[in-house]
Amino acid sequence: MTEFKTHISIQGLNVNHGRLPILKDITLDIPDKRITVIIGPSGCGKTTLLKSLNRLLDPYDGLEVTGRIMVDDEDIYGPGVEATHIRRKMGLLSQKPQVLPMSIFDNVAFAPRIHGLREKKKLTQTVEHYLRLAGLWDEVKDRLSTPASRLSVGQQQRLCLARGLAAEPEIILGDEPTSALDPQSSQHVERRLLELKSDYTIIVVTHILRQAKRIADYIVFLYLGEVVEHGPAERVFAQPRDPRTKAYLTGEIS
Amino acid sequence: MFGLTLVPGLLVFLMLFGLFWKAKAILAVKPIGRLLLSSAWRPSRGEFGLLPFLAGTLAVTVVAMVIAVPISLLTAIYLSEYAPRRLRPIARPVVDLLAGLPSVVFGVWGVLMVVPLVEKLARLFHTYSSGYSILAGGIVLAIMVFPTIIHVAVEVFSSISQELRDAALSLGATKWETVKKVVLRKSGQGIVAAVVLGLSRAFGETMAVLMVVGNIPRVPHSIFDAGYPLPALLANNYGEMMSVPLYDSALMLAALVLLLVVLFFNSLARVILVRAERRAM
Amino acid sequence: MKGNGRQANDQGRGGGQWRRRRAEEGLFRVLMVLSLLVVVGCLTLIVATIIWKGLPALKLSMITQTPKGGYYLGKEGGILNAILGSLYLAGGATFLALLLGLPIVLYLNVYARRFSRLAGFVRFSFDVLWGVPSIVYGAFGFLLMVFFGLRTSLLAGIITVALLELPIMSRAMDEVIRLVPRDLTEASFSLGATRLETAFKVVVRQSLPGILTAVLIAFGRGIGDAASVLFTAGFTDRVPTSLLQPAATLPLAIFFQLGTPFPEVRERAYASAAVLTILILIISLVSRALVRRYTRHTIR
Repeated sequence: MTEFKTHISIQGLNVNHGRLPILKDITLDIPDKRITVIIGPSGCGKTTLLKSLNRLLDPYDGLEVTGRIMVDDEDIYGPGVEATHIRRKMGLLSQKPQVLPMSIFDNVAFAPRIHGLREKKKLTQTVEHYLRLAGLWDEVKDRLSTPASRLSVGQQQRLCLARGLAAEPEIILGDEPTSALDPQSSQHVERRLLELKSDYTIIVVTHILRQAKRIADYIVFLYLGEVVEHGPAERVFAQPRDPRTKAYLTGEIS
Repeated sequence: MFGLTLVPGLLVFLMLFGLFWKAKAILAVKPIGRLLLSSAWRPSRGEFGLLPFLAGTLAVTVVAMVIAVPISLLTAIYLSEYAPRRLRPIARPVVDLLAGLPSVVFGVWGVLMVVPLVEKLARLFHTYSSGYSILAGGIVLAIMVFPTIIHVAVEVFSSISQELRDAALSLGATKWETVKKVVLRKSGQGIVAAVVLGLSRAFGETMAVLMVVGNIPRVPHSIFDAGYPLPALLANNYGEMMSVPLYDSALMLAALVLLLVVLFFNSLARVILVRAERRAM
Repeated sequence: MKGNGRQANDQGRGGGQWRRRRAEEGLFRVLMVLSLLVVVGCLTLIVATIIWKGLPALKLSMITQTPKGGYYLGKEGGILNAILGSLYLAGGATFLALLLGLPIVLYLNVYARRFSRLAGFVRFSFDVLWGVPSIVYGAFGFLLMVFFGLRTSLLAGIITVALLELPIMSRAMDEVIRLVPRDLTEASFSLGATRLETAFKVVVRQSLPGILTAVLIAFGRGIGDAASVLFTAGFTDRVPTSLLQPAATLPLAIFFQLGTPFPEVRERAYASAAVLTILILIISLVSRALVRRYTRHTIR
């Protein structure tokens, strides 16, 4: 595989809940404009790792985060770095689609509005652009002002994708983004992610190995809070170096 | 044991019925419209206009809500969204204690501290007030209503999942923007219910307000005027009730009106809460 | 449309915007803390004022003597009449409310199907009664008195306050008894216990701390309420020796004696207020402690 350019560099990340370690000494480079998939059994810290990237761990007191995460040469946990600035660079897709309590239009327009875009015409253009990018435009173009909660789950997730893209991030984070969706919507979301990777760095957490095989360029195997193995997807799937990885891939541990 | 379960329902019915029965006497003599809208209250002359008392109740309640709603909501938001973890177990008991203090205790404090305060305030505004006023009643009432609104609001806020907040934060919103545009929006109906419950509590509150509001049966024209809310009317005049004809009937009518208004607000709040809960499923 | 040109735009367009967003948040943060301080401050102020005014008046003679000098406005003596009167009245009322309320709540949770129409109706009635202002209970109590030919007395007060306390106690007990798992009651039935035995030996025992808390809360409410006893219990200088005698109560002692020109009489009002407040604080703390002990042992 060709050399990857690094977008995010995680250096010595430790996350502790009191005395209980959740993530131990994570050191990892996430490649730029590729899809990185974090796999591993549930409860091993995958979601925590993801949330540490956009500083969503901050609101939970009792969690202690040490180490550095460099994004574009800036340590996101450095002193004086604003969490909101960091979060804007990263869009998040949750497992259960979290639509904001407002209309479809307002959902997508949420981020642009917060960041200063007020002009009606530009907003409408922006909303349309991102709804198309998420593959939702045709289904909702006639009802943009209806509440987003009325959409089906699959549509809601695509709305969340459009909304996240509208914040103009560089990185997309997905926390099991298709596990709550039916197969058709899942497929749809996966296809979108594959299309988007040419412009965004994408990091997805999943427990579905087959999904990882379908979309991953780079794999990170997280087990019991540690990075056991990581590397280009083809290599890791074909020739896993660590026995634990092998065990997980063959289904012995889950 | 089964028979006992019918008691609560029976009680509600008996109350409404009993009050109505007693009020019938005066309703037979005077039309309800005149009773509610006339401001002439001269029982010895047979005039029972309830308007001053309705106006007094309304005035005190409005002042109380204007003070209580912003303070209660801001406190509730702080407690559920911003307060450091160590603060929460201290704040809860404080709010509950405030809720448990008896009405007369609020009244004593009102007489000692609020009434002189209002008197001084009136001078600042170039009006005269003895201090016993709608404003004093409103202030004391507001403090009594704080725990009601805060308690319900905090419960409503905590029913919103953290993931929803995370979703807004990950779009680059500040904590406050998340609260403003997501949490408050989602809990809108619950907040309305909290306020309505506070309103209903304010309506029915008797003693504390009675002790500071002045008790002059005239429609108040400013918050520095004395007033005479409906519950105070009942409390003050039970002694004379039996001596003047139709007085007791008029008072029972007042009690009935009070009961109906409070029941209305309580049911309204309940309907809103149930609907909001159903929507969240 | 994405990626790295973003930073430049963000700082540029975002600079003033960002500052405004932060300023707004800062402003509201200050307002929120101020509001909290107002709420906490009011509580402290009220309790402090009452204690400050009442403590100096709480000499031993105040608590152990009844007022002397005629018609409760006499200048000497203490507030024993009100203290004992309140304890008798609230005690009797709480007991009566328990006698009425516990069987109802047990019936709803053990006998009837928990969410049947009857249960819904009864709970609804309790909710309605819960919201009724205490002065309306007073007026209704007065109606009952007239109807049954009672005069203002301890008994009339007990009945009225019992009605006031009933929904409060029942709601609190219902919330606790509801938590007793179905499996437990079913296990009891399958061991051959009757519903009555199950109700009292199993359910009540399981939720005893919660029931106790409910009783305390109701007692606290009942002892502090003035509007319900205003019409019904009367007032007197003496400690009541029979149910048919009028009884003085702490809330009314405060109410009646606050407005006199005689400072000695006002002293009694402050002392009553202090006694009442301290009593309520103790009840609050005890019921909190009970709740904490209770929830430590339940399995969730």
